[in-house]
Order: sequence, then structure tokens, then C-alpha cells
Amino acid sequence: MNLLVLIGAPLLTALAVLAARNRQQVRWISLAGSLVQLGLAVALLLAYRHERALQQTAQMLFEQQYPLFKSFNIGFHIGVDGISVAMILLTSFVVVAGVLVSWNVEKMTKEFYFLLLLLGLGAYGFFISLDLFVLFFFLEISVIPKYLLIGIWGSGKKEYSANKLALMLMGGSALILVGMLGLYFYAGNTFDILALSKSTIPGEIQHILFPLLFVGFGVFTALFPLHTWVPDGHSSAPTAGSMFLAGISMKLGGYGCLRIATYLLPEGAKEYATIIIVLSSIAILYGAFATMMQKDLKYINAYSSVSHVGFSLLGIGMLTQTAITGALMQMVSHGVMTALFFAVIGMIYDRTHTRMVADMGGLMKKLPFISTVFFLVGLCSLGLPGLSGFVAEMTVFVGSWENPDTFHRIATIAAAMSIVVTAVYILRAVGRTVMGPVTNPEHLELKDAAWNEKLAAILLLAGILAIGIAPGWLNDLLQPAAEEIMNRIAGK
Amino acid sequence: MNEFFSLMKSELVLTGIIFLLLFIKIGKGVKNETLLPLIQVLLLANFLFGFFLNKQGRLFGDMYYTTSLIVMQKNILNLGVYLISLVCADWLKKTQHLAEFFLLMLSALLGMFFMISSANLLIFYLSLELATIPVAAMANFDLEKKTSAEGAMKMILSSAFSSGILLFGISLIYGTTGSISLPQLGQLLDNSPLQILAFIFFFAAFAFKLSIVPFHLWTADVYEGSPIAVTSFLSVISKGAVAFIFMTMLFRVFQPMAHIWYQLVVVLAIATMVIGNLFALRQQNIKRFLAFSSIAQVGFILVAVSSNDPMGITSVVYFVLVYIFSNLAAFGVAAVITEKTGKENIDDYKGLYKTNPFLSWILALSLFSLAGIPPTAGFFGKLFLITAGSANANYWFIIVVALNLIVSLYYYLRVIRAVFMDKNDNPVEPVTISAPVRLGLLICGAGIVITGMLSWIYDYIYTLK
Repeated sequence: MNLLVLIGAPLLTALAVLAARNRQQVRWISLAGSLVQLGLAVALLLAYRHERALQQTAQMLFEQQYPLFKSFNIGFHIGVDGISVAMILLTSFVVVAGVLVSWNVEKMTKEFYFLLLLLGLGAYGFFISLDLFVLFFFLEISVIPKYLLIGIWGSGKKEYSANKLALMLMGGSALILVGMLGLYFYAGNTFDILALSKSTIPGEIQHILFPLLFVGFGVFTALFPLHTWVPDGHSSAPTAGSMFLAGISMKLGGYGCLRIATYLLPEGAKEYATIIIVLSSIAILYGAFATMMQKDLKYINAYSSVSHVGFSLLGIGMLTQTAITGALMQMVSHGVMTALFFAVIGMIYDRTHTRMVADMGGLMKKLPFISTVFFLVGLCSLGLPGLSGFVAEMTVFVGSWENPDTFHRIATIAAAMSIVVTAVYILRAVGRTVMGPVTNPEHLELKDAAWNEKLAAILLLAGILAIGIAPGWLNDLLQPAAEEIMNRIAGK
Repeated sequence: MNEFFSLMKSELVLTGIIFLLLFIKIGKGVKNETLLPLIQVLLLANFLFGFFLNKQGRLFGDMYYTTSLIVMQKNILNLGVYLISLVCADWLKKTQHLAEFFLLMLSALLGMFFMISSANLLIFYLSLELATIPVAAMANFDLEKKTSAEGAMKMILSSAFSSGILLFGISLIYGTTGSISLPQLGQLLDNSPLQILAFIFFFAAFAFKLSIVPFHLWTADVYEGSPIAVTSFLSVISKGAVAFIFMTMLFRVFQPMAHIWYQLVVVLAIATMVIGNLFALRQQNIKRFLAFSSIAQVGFILVAVSSNDPMGITSVVYFVLVYIFSNLAAFGVAAVITEKTGKENIDDYKGLYKTNPFLSWILALSLFSLAGIPPTAGFFGKLFLITAGSANANYWFIIVVALNLIVSLYYYLRVIRAVFMDKNDNPVEPVTISAPVRLGLLICGAGIVITGMLSWIYDYIYTLK
């Protein structure tokens, strides 16, 4: 399969949207384009499994390489392994759902969809890049769309949030840039990830470069204490924007932390693992407790995202194969789950015009479909077996437990305890809004989900169930890649 | 004779255009409406002709030399002047002395061409003066405005001062080495204290021209007072040309002092970036804002200068090309709005997107490019400057530079926020954009988007070294 189509399809869709003449055309072109992307992602999954079934053992499949800036030895090198395939699949799900839930955006529709598709383009490009420079390019490409999406279509203190998000992510990028240049010069003038993974970088250099890269990518994935853009950014963004930010953008960071920082600088990873574990445990607990205090549904999900994403970082910090597989699963699972969560919150807000838990009640009677989905996604968030959250978090815990010493055990136990807190805030928020009598008389007139919203919700729910009930396929994708990373860490 | 023509081709064509303008002026009776398109066509022809019949060699007993890289630099400057004649067309059409304006501008450009090609301190000094004095006259071109006269005054005084310093430096160099030929000087310098003093004078003079901190104080006032056509010429063409010769001087002539000027360049790069950025944060007037942003951009150019290798030269040439597109797009939008409505404040730009979407997108593109955000070419330009500068593995330097990227993003976002997000009861009314201006802005916009994607442009410049 030619991976260039994964960049080409979103690009063509975005350009077609620009050429569209009215709102109707814009929406349908976007939907068609995003469905094509979904189809391509599924085709990629099948093609990848097919190749692997044929005993194709290369680390990366479908590789392509074109010289780009020859004088800097930068090449447009692309290829996928299991992690990339899973992430691309996640992206395509969220893009389709994002397009669907934005169906009724009336303000500057064309610009909105254009920017949304550009965000997707950046994510696809990021996940297939095997050249640090190209990867950085695609990481940065999403700054403009994010900023404008929040600033123009957002709500609340949107200008503040947009600025904060753009600047903090730019700060992360600045650190990544320095770390990237360090790698480039120490590994003999190459940005190629595969070449870098074979080079030996001296320990003292890794000691400097690892924190730069890990913290840089960590900003994107809400590494404590650099998570502060998350609550503001997510809650101010329009629904599709929040879905993208939490569902995809934060995963870019997690992917970078693992693929770039940990994989390329294993000595650094071993050295700093303790700090990563401490920080991510704090993020998990702090996020959970902070969520308990929130009254706004979007803030609830934003803070709980900080807590949930903490599990992926914890998994990376544990440095065992199972924990890393779990971390990756958590990224995929959280991506689908949180996108659905934000989508449902958006649907509720569109109808009730409030996101305050206290202003709602008994929505089940009037909005049975939306309420049911809300319930399910809440259960997924608190880790109910059968849904994706349980599988991912469980794998992280099992992997963490493989470390026999007290420190790792305590961190694991602390992280596991957060599940109780999660149960408290999720059940409270969902219970208050959905169960009981209708508290607000105005809510008696509400209409349940329209076709586009149902479609989006069902699509993402399917993802959650596919991971929750039959996690084997995802495990098969991620396990070998995690093994590859562990091999390098173990120095094999 | 043949060699004379092919080596000095750029200068000769430019001189031809200058004479043609002179004759047209003497003949009188040509209206601005016909003269301006004629000039634009001439400048376009001049730019295109720059790509043909190129040769390398030396002339006048090693006083003048040219290489393909120098030809490339001249082409880039030609492109910039052509774009200025497009994006500032509205203002140019109204000015009473159109022919004189271009006479001055092209004379300054001619001076820059000689300056880039000079292989001798004498030629260098003469051409530097030729490149400076007409610009001061241009700064005074808004004859009714006091600020314009003030800007011109400041410009000429600071130029004269820096020229004096430069001459002092040149005389010290000549006194200690007995030569004014640049290729020879590279071998003759032995870092005696007097030569180091001479170098400091040299550096200070360049710092004036490039508005490197602490020699930047004239910049904002001159930029604000001058007509936008002049401001854009100053900030793009002048800076570009001086940056080119500055690098040649440091890398070729003062190579024996590399360990000394490395420290200097690093410290001044940081100071220039930080001060430019911090002052840009507080500006209300869009021209002053762009003035300080251009100071900060020079700081980034210095990052690559610190590399002391061919990679640095390539990345600076590339950056100037990108910078021409980005900055001229920003100045072009400011010129249109100032010309039609008289509004110059960033607050006046609030709600611009509602009324002028085309201008808003061009402005957003140019500001994102100046901030170095992909997919714009500014991203590649900045990244290559920093990559070149990090060859010395000076991590703290690079971290400070990277942090400055964040600050600069903050103030560029301020303008973008005003344009796209802020509400305004009294926004700029929809502006009609004349054809040449639209063409100029479109070229700039396309340049911003495409230059980065076409990687062979960079690789081509690299092969020229």
C-alpha cells in the first residue's frame, strides 16, 4: 500500500472544501473525504496484517524514501509499524466523528472544515514519518488550525485558551527542536529515525537530550506539571476541536515520547524513568482529584484526560514490554473514548445550552440515545471490563507489576487507586445529569440525537467495544513494536 | 570587453534602467498611470534577465568579483524590488515624484550590487554609501509629514556616524596590514590589538546597518515615519544586502578572528532577539511593530552567522528569500489599509477578517511565516538558520534561541487574534485592491506557501557556494 495516499486524501479533501461553493457542499465533501480516509486506514490495517501474516519481519512496512533537503541529509522517509497503524486508525475514526458532530456549525463553515481537515492531515503525516525533520514539520503544522479553531469557534475565555495552548505547545516544540538538532549532530548528520536507532549516542549526551525531547513531547501529552493548557484548551474549543485535541493531539505527544525520546535514547530513558514514574503518578492522582471538584462537563473530561493520559506515561516509564504495550493501548483507547466523551458533551450542550452538571437532570427521559452513550462512555472511563479503558489500564498495571522493587509497586498501587476516584466523579456526573426526574422544565422540549450525531457516536462506540471485547487484534499490532523498543532499551 | 559585460550584467542593466528613467523624467509629460506599469515591467525584465548569461570572474584588478552565489543574491534583491513596486503600487501612483523615487531606489540597489561584489575596501565603502544616502532621501518622501522628515534626519545622521566609524576601522586595517584588498586581508590579519579594534569598528558599522542591538535605536522611528514603500525597502532589501556582505566579511576577511567574533555574534544575537521581541510586544503601530519584529529577525540571522561555515551562508541567503516574501506581504497589507483608510494601529485591524478576508489571510500567512510555523516557508527558513547555528553544539545558545521563538509567536498571534477573533464596532471597511497590488500579494502568498515545499530551491542555493 502506498502511504502517500494517507497524506494525499486529507489534502485533496481540504482543497476541495476550499473550492466548494456553499455550506451544503462543504459538509458533504468533508464527510466523503473523511470516510475515504477511514477506508484507507482500515485498508492499511488489513494490508499490514496481511504482510505480517506473510512473515514480513522488517521493522517498518510500506517504506518509501524521497530526498528532500539533500544538503541537510533530510529525506521524506515514511513507513509504518504496528503503533503507527493503530494511531492512524484512531485518527481516521476521530476525523469522521469530528466532521459528523460539526454538521451544524454555521459560522464560517468552509474555514472550519478546512482547518479541521488540516489538523487530521498533520496527524496522519506525523504518524507515518520516519524522518525527525518531517515528523517535526507535521507536528507543528497543527499549531495554526488549533489556534484558529479555538479562538474563532470556541466558547468561554477562548482567546486566552487559544494563546495559552499555542504558546505552551510552541514551548514544547522548542525543546523538541533543540533535542532533535542534538541528535542530528551527534548521530552523524541524519534525521532518519531508523538510522538514529542504530547509532550509538554517548551516555552523557543522552543525559542532556532525553529530557529535552521527553519534556518537549510531554507538553503535548499533558506531562505534569506542564498540563495546564489541557483544561483551558479543551473546554474552550468547539466540540470537534476538543475531540481532536484530546483524541489525537495528545497522542502525538505520547507517540513522540515513546518513539523518539525513549526509543532513540534508551540510556536516557533508564536514567530518567524514576522521574517519569513520579510525575505520571502525580498526574494520575492529581487529575482524578481535580476532576472531583469540577462542575463543568468539559472541565470534568479535560481533567480526567490528564489523569488517563498519565497512565500512558506511567507505562512508558515502567520500561517493561507489557507496560509499554499497555501505554500504547491506553493511547488508542483514551483517544476513542475521550473523543466520544467530548462529542456527547457537545450534543448535550447544543440542546441544553449549559455544561454545568447542577443545571441538568433526568436527561435520560428526553434524550435516551445521547444519555445511553454518555453512560457507556462514562463506564469506559472508569474502567469497566468489556470496554476499552479496562483492557488498557489493566495491561499497564500488569506490566508495571513486573518491576519487583518497592518503588515501582508503590507507584502502581497509587495509580490503581485513582480508579476509585474516577468511579466517584464519573458516576456522580453521569448520574446527576442523566438519572432522576427532569429538573429543568425547559429541558422537557429537547429532541434526541440527529442522524449525524448517532452515526458519530456509534462509530466511536464501535471502536471502544472492538478494543474492549476483543483486544487481541490491537495487542497483535502493538506487541511486536513494543518488543522492538524494549530490545533497544535492553541493549539487544 | 565581452567579459566586462557578462560579469557586470546586473549592474549594467540596472544602470540602463536608471538612465531610461532619467530621460523619461526630462521628457516630462508621462503620467504616473503609464509610468508605473512601465517601471514594473522593467523591473520584472531585470529580475528575469538575472538568470541568464551568468559568469564568474574578477574585474578592475581584483576590485570587483562575482560568483554564482553573488548573482543569486542579486536576483533575490531584484525580486524584492519588483515586489515592492507591486505591493506599494497604490501609494506610488499617488506620489508626485514617481520617477525620482525609483531613481533613488534603484541607485541604492546599484550600490548594494557593487557592495556585494566588492573585493576591495575602497569599492566596499563607496558602494555602501551609494546604498545608504538615497534611502535617506527616500525616507523623506512623504513631503507633508513631519515624521517623515524626522525619520530621514535620523537615518542620515546615524548612517553618517556609522560610516565614520567604518572609515576609521578601514584606516586602521590599512595602517596595520598595508592592504585594502579583501582576499589578501584574509591572510594578512594577525590579530594584533589594533586590528581587533579595527574589527570592532567594522562590526559596529555593520550593526548600525543591520540594526543589531545596541545599535538599533534609529530603526523604529525611521520605519514609522517613512512611507511604507521605503520602510519595506529598508527592512527587506537593505537588510538582506548588508547581511550578505556581512557574512562575506566575517567568513573571508576576519576568519583569523573567528574565535573572537563568535562570542560577539552569539551575545549580540541573543540581545537582538530578546530586545526586538520584548519591544515588539508593546507596539501599537503596525509599522513600529514590524520594525521591532525585523530587529528580532536579524537576531535569528546572526544565529546562522555564528556557524562560520558554508551552511550558514546558504541558510541566510535562503532565509532572506523567504523573508522577502513574508515581510513584503505584511507590509503590503499594511500599505493597502493605510493608503485607503489611514489606519495604522493594530487595534484598527480588529475584525478585519469580516470585511477583508483576502487581506486577512495574506496577513495571517505572512505573520505565521515570520513566526516560523509550518507549512509556511518561514518554518524552513528559521529551522535552517538554527540548524546551521547549532553546528557548534552550544546548547544553551540554541535553547535561548528556541525560547525566543515562543515570545515572537506570542506577539504575532496578537495581530492574528485582532484580525480574526476580536470584535470591532468600527472595522476597516471593505477595501478595493488594485490589480498590481493583488498580483504582488498573491506572489508573496504563493512564495510563502511554496518556497518551503520546493526543497530544490535550498539545495540549489547550497550548490552555489
